[in-house]
Amino acid sequence: MSNTRKVTIKAFRFNAETDYLPSYKSYTMEVGKDELILDLMNKIKWEHDGSFSYRRSCRHGICGACAIKVNGKATLACKQNAIELLDMFNNELVLEPSSKKRAVKDMIIDKSDFWAKHEAVKPYVVADVDPHPEHETKQSIAEFNKFLDSDLCIQCGACHYSCPALEVNDAFLGPAALNAAYRFTVDTRDTAGDERLEITAQSGSGVWDCVKCYECAEACPKDINPIEKIGKLHNMQFERGVAVSNVATRHAEGFVRSIKKHGFLDEADIVVYSEGYLGMYKHLTTAVKMIKAGKIHWDDALPWVDNVPKSKNLSEIQKLIEISQTNKL
Amino acid sequence: MSEQLHYALFTGCTAKQSTPELLSSTLAVADKLGIKITILEEASCCGASHLQDFDEFLAHVLNARNICYAEKLGLTMITICNTCQLNSAMTKHALDKDPELKARVNEKLAEVGLEYKGTSEIKHFLYTLIDDYGLDNIKDKVTTPLSAFNIAPFYGCHNIRPSELHGASNGNENSYNPTSLDSLIDALEGNPVDYDHKNKCCGFHVELQANHTSEVLAGNAMVDAIDNNADMMVTPCPLCHLKMDTYQDSVGKVIGRDVELPVLHMPQMVALALGCTEKEIGLNFHVQKATQIFSEVQPA
Repeated sequence: MSNTRKVTIKAFRFNAETDYLPSYKSYTMEVGKDELILDLMNKIKWEHDGSFSYRRSCRHGICGACAIKVNGKATLACKQNAIELLDMFNNELVLEPSSKKRAVKDMIIDKSDFWAKHEAVKPYVVADVDPHPEHETKQSIAEFNKFLDSDLCIQCGACHYSCPALEVNDAFLGPAALNAAYRFTVDTRDTAGDERLEITAQSGSGVWDCVKCYECAEACPKDINPIEKIGKLHNMQFERGVAVSNVATRHAEGFVRSIKKHGFLDEADIVVYSEGYLGMYKHLTTAVKMIKAGKIHWDDALPWVDNVPKSKNLSEIQKLIEISQTNKL
Repeated sequence: MSEQLHYALFTGCTAKQSTPELLSSTLAVADKLGIKITILEEASCCGASHLQDFDEFLAHVLNARNICYAEKLGLTMITICNTCQLNSAMTKHALDKDPELKARVNEKLAEVGLEYKGTSEIKHFLYTLIDDYGLDNIKDKVTTPLSAFNIAPFYGCHNIRPSELHGASNGNENSYNPTSLDSLIDALEGNPVDYDHKNKCCGFHVELQANHTSEVLAGNAMVDAIDNNADMMVTPCPLCHLKMDTYQDSVGKVIGRDVELPVLHMPQMVALALGCTEKEIGLNFHVQKATQIFSEVQPA
């Protein structure tokens, strides 16, 4: 078996200064078993078309410059073996910038939105530091471990530009900024935690606008799992009493209310409890359709009617909630 | 298969309430294939990621309790909802890799006479059908091939991401290029529709607090399926089903397109091909009219 594979790679080509629409061009090349996606981009530039543009710098997976998408998969070009991706996608690779709508030239994008979101969460330790300290600020291993993985972020934007919530909602802070918010909020040296939690609690831009698709966890080349940090920020809002009562926080807390009563979720009650009776007008059309289809019953939302199935041994569940619940709204 | 397959079924909340057709078609499919199912009647809600947002520890305790009941039976716990699958599996992984957390959870469970051991696997019904029962064996049981239909597989986030957590339990599905549902459709002789949004988010989880985002995400996926000539969409997740089936009118208004597409639960599709009854398949419970599909598959 030959050590190389002859393949045709497609690449997104676009120059915002001269082009109205992007195009895709094909490049045929031999790919060796140890070659990276970055090597393929170099070959396009050095052997096919010198005008092909992309960012590259450290070549060691720490600067985050060469993040692109290959067949829609967020890829740090200097870390990703090319044959592995060729196998994953049946030898057909399409190189695209992390965000096509933010493309400036070929793989190069305008990341200003990413940096603005980052800045918004105060991604630094806020502390009154004695200019002439007599000893270092000590942190236990456990305290340090709380933010160890979130600190590995190289700001490549892979998660940010894989987030479907951000694609729809420009105001959403996105997984990278929220990971940064978490990283500094749990740092024992920091004093701006509550302020950051308030920033990240805002409706429309904060943690409650995450759609829970786990694209960010999948995209991160440093295995940070940003959505796990978003979950921790959710919890911290309740732990530290920063959470205000709104449709999203009541929706989260309302699960305890249902489970305590039935074991199962009361699907009608959770909507009424989250929205309030006045907010229910938004759901009337849908509710009527669901009643017609037999999905729900006309009296499900009435507080004195209980159509919800009950878990067996419900008292166990109630006891466990009583002794395990740690947060309150 | 020499031994009869036997699973503990974690139904989740929707199959017991707004999607009764999911439960009846699941049980009908299991029955046709000779798979034994014991319903975990003791189980509670998995928290659906929202309880986890409020109180992660409590969510672990309740999910661990559910798993305890599967462990008591010595069975693999199967799920019929992607979100139940992910949240149960997340608790299992968290407890199995963190002895200190496991001890804290078990301290609570001891108060009700239970102990989480970590002996039961957790697997979505889709993957038990494919990995344990086998596509070739399903193929042998098909009585009403679905060859008349272009079927758009909609995978649903929580069955395929995060891939590292799912690992072998979803057959190491590639989240960027999933194939399980496609091959199941193939086995039932339907025509799988290839479209970009098959592995994208339906927006269900922010339906209340970020409605516009939710509607656009659902709309993008549905329109992509429709533009690729889908006759129906099929999903292993009842939450994706609820978003896609129930909100087609409002989704259509938001994205400015007519959206009309029956959305089937994965077990309903299998039940159709295995010749289960109209009542078991329960297409009458859909908001977007789907009952015609049953008569269309019947042999002339």
